[in-house]
Amino acid sequence: MISINRSVLVLGLALLVGCGGDDDADTSSEAFASTYVPAAADPVLIENATVFTGTGERLDDADVLLVDGRIEQVGQDLRAPRDATVIDATGRFVTPGIIDVHSHLGVYASPGVQAHSDGNEATGPNTAEVWAEHSVWPQDPGFSAALAGGVTTMMILPGSANLFGGRAVTVKNVFGRTVMDMKFPGAPYGLKIACGENPKRVYGSRGQAPSTRMGNIAGFRKAWIEASAYRDKLDAAARGEGEAPTRDLRLETLAGALNGDILVHNHCYRADEMAVMLDLGREFGFKITAFHHAVESYKIADLLAKADACSAMWADWWGFKMEAYDGIRENVAFVDAAGACAIVHSDSEIGIQRLNQETAKAVAAGRRAGLEISDGHAMRWLTINAAKALGIEDETGSLEPGKMADVVLWDRNPLSVYARAEQVWIDGVLMYDRNDPGKQPVTDFALGTVSAAGGVR
Amino acid sequence: MSRRIAMALAAAATLLIAPVQADVIAISGGTVHTLSDTGTIEDAVILIEDGQITRVGRGLRIPDAATVIDATGKVVTPGLFAAHTQLGLVEVNAVSDTVDGQQRGTEFGAAFEVADAYNPASTLVAVSRVEGVTRAAIVPSPGFAWNGTPGGVVSGQAAVVHLGEGDDFLVLRKAAVVAHLGANGGALAGGSRAGALLALTTAFEDAIDYARFRDAYDAGARRAYSVSRADLEALQSVLTGDTPVYLSVDRASDIRVAIDMADRFGLKLVIVGGAEAWKVADRLAASNTAVIVSPLNNLPGSFDSLSSTLENARALQEAGVRLAFGDGDTHNARNLTQLAGNAVAHGLPWIDGLRAITATPADVLGLGDKFGRLAPGMVADVVVWDGDPLELTSYPVEVLIDGAVVEGDSRQTLLRDRYRDLTDARPPAYRNR
Repeated sequence: MISINRSVLVLGLALLVGCGGDDDADTSSEAFASTYVPAAADPVLIENATVFTGTGERLDDADVLLVDGRIEQVGQDLRAPRDATVIDATGRFVTPGIIDVHSHLGVYASPGVQAHSDGNEATGPNTAEVWAEHSVWPQDPGFSAALAGGVTTMMILPGSANLFGGRAVTVKNVFGRTVMDMKFPGAPYGLKIACGENPKRVYGSRGQAPSTRMGNIAGFRKAWIEASAYRDKLDAAARGEGEAPTRDLRLETLAGALNGDILVHNHCYRADEMAVMLDLGREFGFKITAFHHAVESYKIADLLAKADACSAMWADWWGFKMEAYDGIRENVAFVDAAGACAIVHSDSEIGIQRLNQETAKAVAAGRRAGLEISDGHAMRWLTINAAKALGIEDETGSLEPGKMADVVLWDRNPLSVYARAEQVWIDGVLMYDRNDPGKQPVTDFALGTVSAAGGVR
Repeated sequence: MSRRIAMALAAAATLLIAPVQADVIAISGGTVHTLSDTGTIEDAVILIEDGQITRVGRGLRIPDAATVIDATGKVVTPGLFAAHTQLGLVEVNAVSDTVDGQQRGTEFGAAFEVADAYNPASTLVAVSRVEGVTRAAIVPSPGFAWNGTPGGVVSGQAAVVHLGEGDDFLVLRKAAVVAHLGANGGALAGGSRAGALLALTTAFEDAIDYARFRDAYDAGARRAYSVSRADLEALQSVLTGDTPVYLSVDRASDIRVAIDMADRFGLKLVIVGGAEAWKVADRLAASNTAVIVSPLNNLPGSFDSLSSTLENARALQEAGVRLAFGDGDTHNARNLTQLAGNAVAHGLPWIDGLRAITATPADVLGLGDKFGRLAPGMVADVVVWDGDPLELTSYPVEVLIDGAVVEGDSRQTLLRDRYRDLTDARPPAYRNR
């Protein structure tokens, strides 16, 4: 009886995918397009849970209904469809799937051997032409570990050796044989740019530009001038005025950023440099969607709020280099309190597994500093705010009807150090179950290399 | 709160007429995890005199002159003892002038003592102590070839410091000799991990020979040794089992090799890293080998740690292995509690999680009779927490080091206070005054 439902669903999905973007002839032939198609899933009703919606609310004794891969309803005393899996979540917590806006999984895969060092094309300060997805190894064991930590979506970025590191890609934390099988359908690309110590160290140490912060900015301006000209030619050609320029991958990405199609993600630590970068954006007419690491965002939280720039931050990393010396525990909470978009990110294959814990540390620091922050509000920092920074907030990041059924069931309040994700759904499909070894993905790499004897997982 | 008590203490000191009468502090009303034979005591009183704990128990009479810290509804633990950090040896990792935990070249191995580089004024010290870290092992790190001139398989000697004020920070100068086997050892020894073992055992054999024929060696009538005279001297207390060996190793097969080596030379072995230690838990327990692990380490970060698991700590504890936590993180040494909390989340009993960041590190370094527990005769390193100390949302209300109440400021709290109100009309440089 289940098989009938499934086949109908599969057919429905196939039609949806097949019809997607049929007005645009280019879409179907787009290179490296997402081939991710969620498996069919029966409805799931999670009952009697404490629900953090991701939009800031906490609902007690609430139900969450997942149908056809989407959030159908969130509320009380929901009725289960006939074929639904019903889960009594009394005493447990439900949140949206966690989103990490800063990951290098797949591009710096485990084991961290030189052969897996695929995140920095450190052969020139401007490599806007490279795409992180072309480095992603889908068999990175870090993906399954992140899934056990409730991560359902992440952006994978190039590293920060270059001023322009290249394109970042947003993926669902699903297991495909190719990176295209993981790509988040419809998510905009990111452009990774980096200010501060890294580019000037990498190139300065080779006697190349940039070797200073002013050299960094000069390098940026030069590139944006070129990109603006390229964009203008493209626009003119589209209007029938002159020929389109020869296709240039580097300028194509930068022009995409100028147009707003590609979101700019800026690795930047110091407050004064972030302010300079905002001005750079004003000079050339691009928007910085998010500053990443942003260790000093608390010093200019008001400016960031005004510029509508997100800050993606650690809870407590500091001091590993000069530009991280002024890190404080209250950074996330202070940015949030100023009305700016605050995000907790990982930049770490270990940290990504417990972004809930990083959020707990950040909220606790804020409260100690006198801010009133509810648990439900803090959950925004790793759900809806992160979705906003990736341009996918209409699809995921909160438990609202119609959104992708990316959901985590926790055994207790996820802000507790003892909390563990028990079940994780992506697009309504149960991708992880702590109590079912059959629902714990094992990468090819782990086969025959990893021991799991003696009841130790 | 800290400041107020400190002032009260100062006032009390001034008012005391009889100079022979010692300052007494009473921590009263908390749930006290002693980690000693007396276990956990509800509504307990801890009496502290001259920096030492004199009594711990219920219903103790508090002397009239005592300064009382009200811990009602709070949790009281020994100060956190960081088993594996570079506190005071590094200020900013990427600024080499501020990095002293690593001696390059092979001129000095075991003789290199980080104690002489310790900087008690490092901002990391205050950042750590206000969050409950009271003692720390400061441990030299290996000098790999990819990061400059390579070092040898022995990185030097760890020391133990307290994180309080004052110049008497050094608790133990020669706390452990630090060495490396496995892939890292191999990289330091010229290729193979077997070469690393050979370098290490040769150094031990040379040190034994040197001790027997010291005069002949000094007279130039003995064969050449693989390491310097200073190194040979430094290895002597290792061979008597007085100074432990911090041996960095992850792979199960390398841990077996390490245990065999320790057995052969009579070493007091401490495994550092131990990603696959759970696979040899029985041997570790049988040889009474302590292990310092990071409970968050669950990925195959290298081919030496393929079978890393979040349940490492639980499995080791169940086998009876002495267990301490540390991941080498220095700037965030304060996150020891998070390490322990995660181990507990993956099956380790709660009290053993606390033990792994307090009592066991002290035991491992031979300091368990002074630190790491709340019992009469122990040094008064005490933390009063506003909740479960392993929870991420808990924080120290009071920290005592050597019985002295720690002041609340660190560079981070000063920055926080300078920028907490962005509407302040004064430029930031004129705030905090």
